[in-house]
Amino acid sequence: MGPEVKTCSLTKADFVSDQAVKWCPGCGDYSILSAVQTALPQIGKRREDIVFISGIGCSSRFPYYMSAYGFHTIHGRAAAIASGVKLANPDLSVWEITGDGDALAIGGNHLIHLLRRNIDLNILLFNNKIYGLTKGQFSPTSEEGSITKSSPHGTIEEPFLPGELAIGAKANFYARITDSSPKFMAEIFVAAELHKGTSLVEILQNCVIFNDGVHDAISSKEHREENQLVLQHGKPMLFGKDRKKGIRLNGLKLESVTIGENGIAENDILVHDAHNPDPTLHLMLVRMSLPELPVAIGIIRNVSNSTYEAKMKNQIDLAQTKSKYTSLNDFFKSGDVWEVK
Amino acid sequence: MSDSKRNLEVEKVVIKFAGDSGDGMQLTGSQFGDESGWLGNDIATFPDYPAEIRAPVGTVAGVSGFQIHFGKSGIHSPGDIADVLIAMNPAALKANLKSIRKQGIVITDSDSFDQKSIEKAEYTSNPFEDGSLDDYELIKVPISSLTKKAISSLELGLDNKSVMRCKNLFALGLVNCMFNRSLAQAEKFISEKFKKDAALVKANIAALNAGFNLAETIEAIAFAFTVLPASNEPGLYRNITGNKAVAWGLMAAAEKSKRKLFLGSYPITPATDIMQELVRHKWSGVKVFQAEDEIAGICSAIGASFAGNLAVTTTSGPGLALKGEAIGLAMMTELPLVIVNVQRGGPSTGLPTKTEQSDLMQALYGRNGESPVVVLAAGSPSDCFDYAFMACKIAMEHMTPVILLTDGYLGNGAEAWKVKTTDELPEMNLSDVISADETWKPYQRNVETLARKWVIPGMKGFEHRIGGLEKQDVSGNVSHDPANHEHMVKLRAEKVKRVQEFIPMQKVKGKDKNDLLVVGWGGTYGTIYGAVNELQKEGKNVAFAQFNYIHPLPKNTAEVFSKFKRIVVCELNLGQFASYLRIQLPEFKYSQINKVQGQPFTINELKEDINNILSS
Repeated sequence: MGPEVKTCSLTKADFVSDQAVKWCPGCGDYSILSAVQTALPQIGKRREDIVFISGIGCSSRFPYYMSAYGFHTIHGRAAAIASGVKLANPDLSVWEITGDGDALAIGGNHLIHLLRRNIDLNILLFNNKIYGLTKGQFSPTSEEGSITKSSPHGTIEEPFLPGELAIGAKANFYARITDSSPKFMAEIFVAAELHKGTSLVEILQNCVIFNDGVHDAISSKEHREENQLVLQHGKPMLFGKDRKKGIRLNGLKLESVTIGENGIAENDILVHDAHNPDPTLHLMLVRMSLPELPVAIGIIRNVSNSTYEAKMKNQIDLAQTKSKYTSLNDFFKSGDVWEVK
Repeated sequence: MSDSKRNLEVEKVVIKFAGDSGDGMQLTGSQFGDESGWLGNDIATFPDYPAEIRAPVGTVAGVSGFQIHFGKSGIHSPGDIADVLIAMNPAALKANLKSIRKQGIVITDSDSFDQKSIEKAEYTSNPFEDGSLDDYELIKVPISSLTKKAISSLELGLDNKSVMRCKNLFALGLVNCMFNRSLAQAEKFISEKFKKDAALVKANIAALNAGFNLAETIEAIAFAFTVLPASNEPGLYRNITGNKAVAWGLMAAAEKSKRKLFLGSYPITPATDIMQELVRHKWSGVKVFQAEDEIAGICSAIGASFAGNLAVTTTSGPGLALKGEAIGLAMMTELPLVIVNVQRGGPSTGLPTKTEQSDLMQALYGRNGESPVVVLAAGSPSDCFDYAFMACKIAMEHMTPVILLTDGYLGNGAEAWKVKTTDELPEMNLSDVISADETWKPYQRNVETLARKWVIPGMKGFEHRIGGLEKQDVSGNVSHDPANHEHMVKLRAEKVKRVQEFIPMQKVKGKDKNDLLVVGWGGTYGTIYGAVNELQKEGKNVAFAQFNYIHPLPKNTAEVFSKFKRIVVCELNLGQFASYLRIQLPEFKYSQINKVQGQPFTINELKEDINNILSS
């Protein structure tokens, strides 16, 4: 694909399909759907060049509600199917819609390999820390001890932190957002699309039926200013109501400090560098957790790297330039052949 | 060639090279096979190698063999019983003696028959001394020491290990002399193979010549064979293995359909060669994606198909099991997809390097729900080209997954292939052209094939959603309506059945009205044909029906069967095709000949079994 952006003057309404949306009333998925429909006109792609691929789970109904090409596939495999779509036609804008069970349990293998290959796809991972469609079993992101229908005595396993897994799998783009900030979500979705390579966006999403309020400490109005560190590349890591609190590096640890207290000045506060290829600090940001530290929100990592499909194309182009065959018939007749007369 | 030698003209010969898996027998065998092709012989080859890359040296488990059947004409299989065995050690002799013709020639590396090696091969006595070789023409050649001697005089500075690696070429030289061949082709091959190391070229050529000269001079090999060129129909030929033929058939289908070829695959024996062959041909535009597992292999192919590529996944039995759910998705979304299953010995990990036909039921039924797909089976290595092409054609024209069954015997086996050009191949009639004013719906169908249209992302105005949930007829919207579900289940089955209208009628080799019809399918073709052919020559009332279209069966199958008093189904499993025929055509009685040993049928055992049926 050339560098030119296809211009089109579509609006949010152009991306709304004719299918009735069937998520539970109050589900966090509604605001994500709306944010995606808001973001798409800003990426300048035509509807026919946009594809949504989903796996199985509540979130995976998403493609039916988008007026674009869509494929509701099988459990865990959206990453592999989306990879095939993108490799077949790199001009398409391809979005994988998945959940914490779909992407991190049954589809965990595909996710890590997609990330390390860096195929230019956008993954929207709806993380509600529960299985909704099967009515309330724990997921790979449920906190240890979670009481669910399949863990009446509490879970006995460590949860995954999706960002940690992503960075371990060599992700070049990882963002974390909440379903309660629609404008910010749309902004992040646009950034994910602009990033060339696999972009993983983890959305802290509320399941109103089986895990209501699981992200409240981070996403609710009353807590969000104190408990979210909203990251912006090149900006100091400040948070709190009056933005007096910040994050500094103390030895090998991040710590929360207050400007003006204990001799802390603004230049002690870390400045976010999402573009740093070294993932060490990104990983530390991913791991920040309440109550000691706020939760990092926004684009934690955004590193530019060549994509799998570009390298694949280069190899094919080179082979075609160097090839001594001009057609298949040439090739079939070449080499060790003999003639019977 | 000295005059004292007997020069025998023979119609066909089976020769087997056997040695330790590190002895280079596959290379020697395939080179000898290639030479046979160049000399115009009809050939069939079959490598037989252990599952372990390097089993313990000198053990029977570590024996690697390569059999070549070459001759004037009528070579349909790599042959049951070898006329000539080259055994590089006692284990190779022990593993292969039972498949050597009595009075056949056994050439051994006598240097390797020391007490320790004889014990390692689990012989209780020295076979040279205990009379067990009395029925064979035994030729003892000190191959190891003669190879060493031939190379050491050149002072190339090679270590002992590198020198000993040349002994397979000594054996090749020796055999070349026996069959009245010049060494030109072999020398060319060596120069190419070792072009990066001049010393190795010299050493191997020296070993080759030493073997040749020895055969010419020693009295032990006081005869030579000439195998006449094949009387094949005129044209250009080349040797091809089944796996390579599959890869080339897929490439031909891509060119013919003007679709980009996409392969999503994961390494598995014995199918990996197809992926490795395709990836060498990036110049053709093929996209090869080695996925993280079998499931990602097929799923990436499904994605590529959705986006408009000719999409293929290749695998073997256990991999097909893993792909089952995804095949169901392709079937439900009615996307074209080719799944190549190079069958191996099962169940579970089974016998990875051995051949079997035991995945038929899995291919036909191994999915949840009512999930019909088209199933084809290739009959010979060169046949793999045509059926790979046909699998693509049917998949794209009928918008359905197609499973192509080959097997380890076909995949690794080679035979002469009459080179095809793409002009000779059938045209593709893809149902993808849509005019802008058409009132299109995702699941509206072609009235003849019942195929929906292949509308792909990028096409303006046709944005639509598909998925694994049940569809409402025509619109393709999600539907849980009970009557619609049953209607759609029947529609999908009917669509696959309609493929019958587009495939060739079932043929019979021999009189189409007779006592006994021998039925086979897939890779047993050559052996069954060979057996039936011989029986027919002996005046027996038998005919042969080879099935390549398994699901659906050719339309005239019942009519063909009705002309015979008895039907016997021969297959390398416990009777899967016979069971399938009992379901499809219950009006006939079927008897069975089965073998499940990880080895192909032999002509002799088939003849014996068929004779038993004839006389019963």
